[in-house]
Amino acid sequence: MSCCAPGTEAAAEIGWDPSADEIRLASRDLGEGLRQTDLSVPAIHCAACIQAVERGLGKLAGVESARVNLSTRRVAVKWRGDGPPPLFTTLEGLGYPAHLFEPETGEEDPEQTRLVRALAVAGFCAMNIMLLSVSVWSGADAETRQIFHWISAALALPALLYSGRIFFASAWSALRVGRTNMDVPISIGITLAFTLSLYDTLHHGQHAYFDASTSLIFFLLIGRTLDHIMREKARTAVRGLARLSPRGATVLRGDGSRDYLPVAEIEPGMRLLLAAGERVPVDAIVEEGVSDVDCALVSGESALQPVKAGASVRAGTLNLTGPLTLRATARAQDSFLAEMVGLMEVAESGRTRYRRLADRAARLYSPVVHATALLTFLGWMIATGDWHRAIGVAIAVLIITCPCALGLAVPIVQVVAARRLFENGIMVKDGSGLERLTTVDAVAFDKTGTLTVGRPTLTQTHIVAPDAMGIAVALAARSRHPSSQALARIEGVSLAADLSDITELPGLGIEGRSGSSLYRLGRASWALDEGHEQHGTVLSKDGVLLAGFTFEDTPRPGATETVAALRDAGFGVSILSGDQVPAVAALAENLGIADHQGGLLPGDKLGALERLKTRGHHVLMVGDGLNDAPALAAAHVSMAPANAADIGRSAADFVFLHESLSAVTTAITVAREAGRLIRQNFALAIVYNAIALPIAIAGLVTPLIAALAMSLSSVIVVANALRLRAGRIHKQNAGVNAATRQAHRASQTDLAPVR
Amino acid sequence: MNSLIFLIPLALALGAVALGAFMWSLRSGQYEDLDGAAERILFDDDESGDEVPNLHR
Repeated sequence: MSCCAPGTEAAAEIGWDPSADEIRLASRDLGEGLRQTDLSVPAIHCAACIQAVERGLGKLAGVESARVNLSTRRVAVKWRGDGPPPLFTTLEGLGYPAHLFEPETGEEDPEQTRLVRALAVAGFCAMNIMLLSVSVWSGADAETRQIFHWISAALALPALLYSGRIFFASAWSALRVGRTNMDVPISIGITLAFTLSLYDTLHHGQHAYFDASTSLIFFLLIGRTLDHIMREKARTAVRGLARLSPRGATVLRGDGSRDYLPVAEIEPGMRLLLAAGERVPVDAIVEEGVSDVDCALVSGESALQPVKAGASVRAGTLNLTGPLTLRATARAQDSFLAEMVGLMEVAESGRTRYRRLADRAARLYSPVVHATALLTFLGWMIATGDWHRAIGVAIAVLIITCPCALGLAVPIVQVVAARRLFENGIMVKDGSGLERLTTVDAVAFDKTGTLTVGRPTLTQTHIVAPDAMGIAVALAARSRHPSSQALARIEGVSLAADLSDITELPGLGIEGRSGSSLYRLGRASWALDEGHEQHGTVLSKDGVLLAGFTFEDTPRPGATETVAALRDAGFGVSILSGDQVPAVAALAENLGIADHQGGLLPGDKLGALERLKTRGHHVLMVGDGLNDAPALAAAHVSMAPANAADIGRSAADFVFLHESLSAVTTAITVAREAGRLIRQNFALAIVYNAIALPIAIAGLVTPLIAALAMSLSSVIVVANALRLRAGRIHKQNAGVNAATRQAHRASQTDLAPVR
Repeated sequence: MNSLIFLIPLALALGAVALGAFMWSLRSGQYEDLDGAAERILFDDDESGDEVPNLHR
């Protein structure tokens, strides 16, 4: 049914469907029994998808309306009734796996609306003033000119007050703490140009710079708005990813009743019911039940841990095979997650505050501009003694040097670069991340879930009986254990059809009967009779070995190529992992990484980064787990895959959605080319000033020249930004097979050596 | 010259109407899903048939 291949867009694993309680908890009350649930559906692509989803959901009982937002890949479902309609099973049936979207972050963004409004007002005023100015330039007589100047002044005032506010506010907040940014010279320039023009209009002057003042606001707002929209788009895409920490848990009361409570209301001592496939909400101790838990996201450990009564489990680990009854030992805010948040805050305060490129340019630039204007004024005062003429020329200097090109130079390149990365499935959270990425000379990877896919794959099979595979796959298909799922994914096996009484025994394996024989798939010590030497996972028939399987966590697609490309380009590559040392060493050897450390605690990762930093390296940290979050916050710049822990995703500067690790090289290449274009744009702005400034100081600038010079310089800067070539995707095969294409590109990415 | 007296206010008024229309459309959420709006144009509007057209055939 679905025309588009779901899965290529977001490699993020869609977890198990949330319970009805969780859906209710995440929905918004619209009054009169109507509730709205927001779902994130990454597979929606086209008109046919929209219709399939809207009609499929609309037919369900209780659903009032379903509206797809294609830009954000979300569906807003309004429903009424006691329990939520079966939204998830319906969508899955249609071929569109979905997950819940946060209700509290679904609000629209006020900043964007403010910018677009300001832009509209500035555009309206600037265009009308330009219309009048053209008549003035083409030689309107004095009386008409005067009327036109007055109308222009009336139009420029709202532009200055309403649209200019954005620059004034930013300039003021910088000045208040004793800093300057790009907005300070801009604010001074537009205000002075307006004031002088108003003065000249009052005194029937020949020239007025209302057009320069308003079109400056208009051009700069375009850059700023694009910048904001791009970042907002990336942020929405990241927020739309499946949330991995649980929203709540089923609490077992003393009187035997059950309640579904939000995580924040769980108190130590409460008894919790945890079904297989749910994540542990708070740190707890197992009271009843046997299961295996997956700690990959919490500690980086790739092997599953068997748990039984008395074992302690950490918040965020995934319960895989059997239901558990837990007793909470800590509140959510005191759990492991909170510990990580504390470490992150420390790490962030230790990170030297990065000054944006534009701000550093402004710090050099604004004193020069202001000094030049002042000197021009003094020079003309001494030469002519005419203070009005002197102020006029000085303000012309300010206007002509006002960094229209400079103000656009950085944001426009970053918008183009962010757009290019977005097409490659890489989300940029902040423009400064792009700038910081250009200086990186070392890359530190986490292992489980970052260099590897984070789930086991069958690597070796030792078959004794010929029909063993069919039996093993048939048994494995009934289990959620990651090793079983790896077996079940094997294609082209004729399944054994006559198995019955299939049961899963948590911590041990799966068993089933065929006739009088008992088949077991699982731990060797359980499946085989005493006296067998076999280890690992086996398939047995009545205690006799049929087949042995070895599972390994395999590297992510593109990992080998990416690591090789990075090493060839002179980057220091290292692994910082929380997993056991042998597992880390094996992968490091496989990928050819000499520098590797295993068994690290979150604090140790911070220490390792600190050592790299003191050796003068700028480190890019790539990680996914909860235990990586402090390191992600501390590193010079950081990246996380889409299936990373929520907190890691929000700490990272970049989030990549595709499975392939080549996103790392793509991001570095794009960032470097963006950095080069930004420097070119700065150079262009300097050349422009070198030509325009003498003309302005000589007092030869008329409003016409000012308007032409400013527009021309802006157009050149924008055109230069559009030359960004890295990471360009050719339309005809876009979205067909992103992973292979990226892996291919990784091998041919040209990374200039680091100097 | 006399024509300017009504032509200029007229031009400004037209511009202001366009600005007002833009502000209204912004407030009523018409720019929230630009990609979706571009695709929805392909729908058959009559809700009579339940068949979903396969646009990629």
